[in-house]
Amino acid sequence: MAVYRGAGVVTFALRLSFIALLGRMEIPPFLGRALRFVPAAVLTAVVIPLLFYENGTLEVSLGNERLLAGFAAALIAWRTRSVLFTLVGGMAALWTLQAIGLGP
Amino acid sequence: MGRGRIRPENIASDVQGAIEEEPKTESPAAAFVAGAKAIVPVLLALIPLGVAFGATAIDNGLSTIEALGMSVFVFAAAAQLAAIPLLSAGASVAIVVLTVLMVNLRLTLYSASLAPHFKRLPVGWKGLLSYLLTDQAYAATITHFDAGETEEPDKRWYYLGVALAIWVAFQAATLAGVFLGAWASGGWSLDFVLPLIFIALVIPAIKDRTTGAAALTAGVTAVFAAALPLNLGLIAAALVGVLGGLVAENVIERGRR
Repeated sequence: MAVYRGAGVVTFALRLSFIALLGRMEIPPFLGRALRFVPAAVLTAVVIPLLFYENGTLEVSLGNERLLAGFAAALIAWRTRSVLFTLVGGMAALWTLQAIGLGP
Repeated sequence: MGRGRIRPENIASDVQGAIEEEPKTESPAAAFVAGAKAIVPVLLALIPLGVAFGATAIDNGLSTIEALGMSVFVFAAAAQLAAIPLLSAGASVAIVVLTVLMVNLRLTLYSASLAPHFKRLPVGWKGLLSYLLTDQAYAATITHFDAGETEEPDKRWYYLGVALAIWVAFQAATLAGVFLGAWASGGWSLDFVLPLIFIALVIPAIKDRTTGAAALTAGVTAVFAAALPLNLGLIAAALVGVLGGLVAENVIERGRR
């Protein structure tokens, strides 16, 4: 449970940070610039290994159904901007690819 | 540079002007209900995140208490989902907490933006409203506050209506996901929900060439950094991505001059 409490305390501190500073302090300009790139960078860093690696090995081929379904899901996310459509479309793509089996 | 940057001092002066006016005669209860009502359409988009977290947590061997506890303690879907692969890979507490910190860094931006609106509140209120701060609560309340229709003390109640509705929906969705995860385990590749959620979250975060560069450099780094010891790959890739975004911004600015 230490990990959950630790994660909770850190997250609460981030939320409270500037609200606790009474609105008197601004985010330093350089930090503000860097923070703008955090969501794109960190979310990509989470998702890429989940698509490119299968059972711990790099797998870039037509046999990697998750990679292909991931691309399909990215297209759906780009066109629809909907979490629900991306989920449903991505799962459908994965199941279809698993059923037809492009790989060797 | 500077486009879209938050300037608390501007917001603060607006608030200052607003406070000196006579507050409108909306009751706390009415403001609370107005907030809760305004957020309902957003809840429909939020529920898949909670369900996905609950189901993925169970699928990766977390207990029901651990899944629910995380939703209560952390209350940030993306960070919780990012922690799951690390937890199931046996990453250390420090790595998991550091990852949660990275994913949640954006919350400081919201905190800075909302701070002027909440600066006169008692400490207890600040703590409560901070705990409930999420992407969705921020987006829904800041547009409402900046429209200038709400005055203190109704702001806190409007925000509480929005944020509490989100909290209840997210906890209920986590619980639903826990049951779904237990029921649907095995055979359906439901672990794929995790990358799908992040794809749905990252695409809107890529807004222009600089954020695109951040995503690209983070992605390329992530492919090669996945083999780093101690599950440090995620953190390394995220840092390189932020650097990539900053470099791209400098290059583009120099091209303009």
